[in-house]
Amino acid sequence: MSTESPKIKIRDLHKGFGSKQVLKGVDLDVGRSESLVVIGGSGTGKSVLLKSVLGIIHPDRGSIEVDGEDVVHLSARERERVNTKFGMLFQGGALFDSLPVWENVAFGLIQGKRMPRSEAKVIALEKLASVGLGADVGELWPAELSGGMQKRVALARAIATEPEIIFFDEPTTGLDPIMADVINGLIVECVRRLGASALSITHDMSSVRKIADRVAMLYNGQIIWVGPVADIDNSGNEYVDQFINGRAEGPIQMQVRG
Amino acid sequence: MNFLAQIGRMFLLFLESTGRIAVFAVSSLSHCVRPPFYPRLIGRQMVDIGYYSLPVVALTTLFSGMVLALQSYSGFARFQAESAIATVVVLSITRELAPVLAGLMVAGRIGASMAAEIGTMRVTEQIDALTTLSTNPYKYLIAPRILAGLTMLPLLVLVGDIIGVFGGYIVSIYKLGFNPATYVKQTFDYLETIDVVSGLVKAGAFGFIVTLMGCYHGYNSRGGAQGVGVATTNAVVSAAILILIFNYVITELFFAR
Repeated sequence: MSTESPKIKIRDLHKGFGSKQVLKGVDLDVGRSESLVVIGGSGTGKSVLLKSVLGIIHPDRGSIEVDGEDVVHLSARERERVNTKFGMLFQGGALFDSLPVWENVAFGLIQGKRMPRSEAKVIALEKLASVGLGADVGELWPAELSGGMQKRVALARAIATEPEIIFFDEPTTGLDPIMADVINGLIVECVRRLGASALSITHDMSSVRKIADRVAMLYNGQIIWVGPVADIDNSGNEYVDQFINGRAEGPIQMQVRG
Repeated sequence: MNFLAQIGRMFLLFLESTGRIAVFAVSSLSHCVRPPFYPRLIGRQMVDIGYYSLPVVALTTLFSGMVLALQSYSGFARFQAESAIATVVVLSITRELAPVLAGLMVAGRIGASMAAEIGTMRVTEQIDALTTLSTNPYKYLIAPRILAGLTMLPLLVLVGDIIGVFGGYIVSIYKLGFNPATYVKQTFDYLETIDVVSGLVKAGAFGFIVTLMGCYHGYNSRGGAQGVGVATTNAVVSAAILILIFNYVITELFFAR
């Protein structure tokens, strides 16, 4: 990570739902043009962390800064302005069923940046081409696409506005290993080409090794280890070791019964 | 004691839901009058609510007008008041039947589909996706639907008024043997502007209720397919009940002496 101020700075972030405390003081930095991947088991609060940064969930306590600006207490309009810096690839794609593929990709340009539809369509088709999809796919509806193609379209939508920060929520979940590798490759290529910062969450270790510059592990509502991806096999942290090797025995105890 | 606690809990839940719906309604209305506007989406919703509901509303009001004439005749004949049929048909249709029946039919058709569509968007993270694409879901999803409901229901009811009165006319002329000119004259003799206007005001209120309930329950649905199913049911049932309650309230406001 470079010495300049981080692109995203998270400090002492807390979030609970009812009596369940999900995030218990998360501190995390994402550097400029850096790809940080947060790993952790299911239900550890990875998605809550991501959605807190995106403004979809309002944290109970703590601060989130984007380019030095506190984004927790923004008005709806200011939030929309900050969100123009973001691109997001959702776990299930979250493509709009009521719009054809090209309009899904062009959505941020047409609605967010108020670009004329014809102009936005040209860019959308370029972005589709950059994820390996032809112009003919642009005229299809999301329901007509396979899971892998939907992920590619969602990736094209995430990069269409050339965002400064891209978020990836479990980008390879539900894909076969080959398609997962294709998506990982596209993610690396797109992020590098844009020079964007990336914050991803996943529990797919092959994805982590391919797309991460740095890795952070979230456990029990806190970041328990952060380090370069090259160090992940020698982290010296038994939680990280258990997680990356996928062992049932270790300090992380899965609750089998409710 | 347990029973009383349960009643108390239900009452608090009711108050909580009422508060949530009120906040949602105010927030939705405020987004209806502040830019950016989405004319393309408003137009699409207008066609969906107005144009595609026309056959349902037309058939409902046509047969209601017809049965009203038939029932009135068989009832009024007992005390030689058949000449009042035209007035009974036109007043019943314009003041009550057209707005209430159109509201209930549209609640079933539009309220359910809105709750299902927005609910599915919620559980598949499409609403979150809108937020990340710098688009306010209230402005993009809710405001166009509410504006279309507010404007299209009165138009539907106006058409329903005409078709309902026409239904009464057909039965009166071709089945009951009334004189056409006399029937038309009697129809307009006792009809006042307030009769039609009150029906249209009701229609506007019902359009708001139906779209608000569809959007509210869809927007707040949780937990996959089952959650969407519950949202759809709640949207239709709550809209139907609110239509009947507000029908009384608006009638009271217009006609209570």
